[in-house]
Amino acid sequence: MRYYDKLIFEISKPGRIGHNLPTNEFSSVKLPKELLRNEPAQLPEVSELDVVRHYTNVSLKNFGVETGFYPLGSCTMKYNPKINDELATLPGFAGIHPLQPNHIAQGFLEVYYELATYISKITGMDAYSLNTYAGAQGELAGLMIIKKYHQDKGDVKRNKIIVPDSAHGTNPASAAVAGFDVVEVKSNLDGTINLESLKSVLDDTVAGLMLTNPNTVGMFEKDILEVSNLIHDCGGLLYYDGANLNALLGIARPGDMGFDITHLNLHKTFSTPHGGGGPGSGPVGVKDFLKNYLPGPVVYKTDAGYHFETPKETIGALSAFYGNASVYLRAYVYIRTMGEENISNVGPFATLNANYIKESLKHVFKLPIKAHAMHEFVFDGLSDQSTGIKTLDIAKRLLDYGIHAPTIYFPLTFSQSLMIEPTEVESLETLNHFIETMETIAHDAITKPEFIKNAPHHTVVRRLDEAKAARNPIVKFKDLSL
Amino acid sequence: MHKYLPHTKNDLEYMLNKIGVDSIDTLTAHIPKSLRYTKPYGIPNQLSDLELTKVLQNLSSKNKPLTIFRGFGAYDVYTPSIVKALTSRQEFLTSYTPYQPEVSQGTLQYIFEFQSMICEITGMDISNASMYDGPTATAEAMFMALAETKKQKVLISQTVNPRTIEILETYGKYRNVEFIEIPSSHGVTDFSELEFLLDDVAAVVLQNPNKYGHIENLDGIADLVHIKNALLILNQNPQSLALLKTPAEYGVDIVTGDLQSFGIPLSFGGAYAGYLATTKQLIRKMPGRICGVTTDVDGKRAFVLTLQAREQHIRRAKANSNICSNQSLMALSVAIYLSSLGKQGFIDIANLSLQGAYYLKNELLKNKMFEDIFKQVHYNEFTLKFNGDPLALDAYLVENGFLGPLHLGAGLLTFAVTEKRSKAEIDQFVKVVGAFK
Repeated sequence: MRYYDKLIFEISKPGRIGHNLPTNEFSSVKLPKELLRNEPAQLPEVSELDVVRHYTNVSLKNFGVETGFYPLGSCTMKYNPKINDELATLPGFAGIHPLQPNHIAQGFLEVYYELATYISKITGMDAYSLNTYAGAQGELAGLMIIKKYHQDKGDVKRNKIIVPDSAHGTNPASAAVAGFDVVEVKSNLDGTINLESLKSVLDDTVAGLMLTNPNTVGMFEKDILEVSNLIHDCGGLLYYDGANLNALLGIARPGDMGFDITHLNLHKTFSTPHGGGGPGSGPVGVKDFLKNYLPGPVVYKTDAGYHFETPKETIGALSAFYGNASVYLRAYVYIRTMGEENISNVGPFATLNANYIKESLKHVFKLPIKAHAMHEFVFDGLSDQSTGIKTLDIAKRLLDYGIHAPTIYFPLTFSQSLMIEPTEVESLETLNHFIETMETIAHDAITKPEFIKNAPHHTVVRRLDEAKAARNPIVKFKDLSL
Repeated sequence: MHKYLPHTKNDLEYMLNKIGVDSIDTLTAHIPKSLRYTKPYGIPNQLSDLELTKVLQNLSSKNKPLTIFRGFGAYDVYTPSIVKALTSRQEFLTSYTPYQPEVSQGTLQYIFEFQSMICEITGMDISNASMYDGPTATAEAMFMALAETKKQKVLISQTVNPRTIEILETYGKYRNVEFIEIPSSHGVTDFSELEFLLDDVAAVVLQNPNKYGHIENLDGIADLVHIKNALLILNQNPQSLALLKTPAEYGVDIVTGDLQSFGIPLSFGGAYAGYLATTKQLIRKMPGRICGVTTDVDGKRAFVLTLQAREQHIRRAKANSNICSNQSLMALSVAIYLSSLGKQGFIDIANLSLQGAYYLKNELLKNKMFEDIFKQVHYNEFTLKFNGDPLALDAYLVENGFLGPLHLGAGLLTFAVTEKRSKAEIDQFVKVVGAFK
């Protein structure tokens, strides 16, 4: 990685261009003056090489999965295969207009249909809509389904969504956007749901419960069948947050646990790139009795081929066209590359890798939950907390070694959470390198704590003054000269 | 063994031994037996890259390539080769959300540049780091207005794209938002009764150019809306802003739209991205990520996500929005595209689209089957009345290798032209249309 300070605006020189346009063969058109802008937009003026060199240098300030180990808990930073990108951008995909009639877009529709079928089988659900753009929007769709389902039955008093206090922040946020009241219930120490706490909030105003399984500390919700019975007995629906589905491939299916609705994060479990924060993809899946509520359109197959149709009781429309089609192509290619023989090794190997790290480091890091984890687990900082070295310092020091930090300070259950998820793609050698590095940091925390507290030392920039950015927001180039 | 799964038999034994269990099943023994899934899923067996390439080539061949004269929210624009080359760099493509800023300065910097470009183009004070798409960005703008005004009524012009209206209604109905339509006249919004509709209104939602392609004149509208303490939300194809009066000049409060026209491949509707830009006054009501500038401990300039107290990972159920991503890679793609176009190229490409559209319209109007019933000023899309069978025309054009205009109903056909359509292609299209019986 290398520091490069210039903004594209700062290398601009009047008159330069980075693009040759086709010859304009048309006569000029004069729009009425009152409809025109006063000043042209001050976009950068740079040559093509300027642009290429600039963004190449900008890229070198970033850490990617191909740079090194990326054990970011709950984010499933697995390898993003090159073949996925290549095949998803074939001209016969990239050049197709979304409003092209179904009968001449059969390739896309087939991919939609088959992908929905594969993920239905893998998760034990009956139908999926691929219209949602991200996990958070999949959640929103699922919650709208819950709301409409109850409303259509005339059961309008159900305004409560239950969320465990260990849940990801999007769960309560999505519930609020869908117009629900959010009720948080306590978790046990291992992050599993506290049945007594759950029972105390159950009544006929419960619309549903949102759950991640395994939960955010990597523990399987072993009472899930009882949770399912409790929720269903009081008339609610059970929602599966697919953030941690990777752990379950080849092991168990949410559909068999009583979940009525799911969303998946294809950018986690199904290897599509995170892209620095998106595009992701969050298909929403349901059991048979809810399939008419899915956001449309959904692909159906008949003897005449594939066609789009909007389900009869649909919650409505959530994307301009059909979600992130290019992401679906990548997930499709991934599933076909893995195939039946290998996809069921994903969960077991991810679980093995997580437990291997956990057992190898528990002598120097505080392990609050001793039981076997699934695909991820949490350390609560260093075992020796007398050094004053916090989780933030450990995370920053890891960056110096070319290893991305784990997820830190989440879940909130522990004050010094370091949530580690290696995924199944990492080799024994990579895991050992990480373990040795963590041991070194733990050792240095005792011998040279000040050095660790000031980490990182070798990144392109060091610790940032985040408060300053919020106090005086500079959010565009023009603000810099103010 | 599989190419994505590196464990050898020896590795597995070594690791299990280290953990102190005899098998991986032991690690998951706490999962109730009744929930263990042991059968095959029933998905196809693995394929090699070579085999899969053939499968995907075959699938893609079932999507017919056509010369496109259709738009309506997705435009057949050219993607410069540098866009694909640079966005494919793993440092950009495979990284996560920039929560560790010391190793994410690349992502943070291009987001900052993206925000700067959106502000230049719209004239607004602040842009976020991008959103899912244009219509959902408009829905988020609506939520900002509900929160800011504490009112529940939203006016939407009849000239807004019907899919956008559908999405606003979907987002709104679960929050008890009341929608009222502003009528149109001659293919543009009829503002004559607007001041009488504005009581208890949170926001007025307009689109420019509108669904017919017509340019709405919004002079004076913001004042009307602001007198009644409502907000003006405008959904605008940002490419048109190379030429058209900016939302800031009109006094718009929140501008949104889809960025696809900035060189993003059609790709059957995604991945695209939306933008959302607003005024200083509304900064703390904004959804999504925002990147700002700060310094590190050595005083070096650096970029960082800022104003995060608005967001779900801090505020949970009280967050401005449930959004926890942006279409980051698409924001990068837009920043590269706009850099390569530059100040003059941005204007030139808009003129190519505009002039091509006027040329096509004038040529079509030589054919008695078409009638210019609206006679409005437009950008790169326009709508004509067709005195024939629109479905038959559509099928005929597909037969002849064209994706023709979109039928809006009642014989109204909306055409789109981009910089990719040469004069020769337009002439050929007009000739083929002329031969339709």
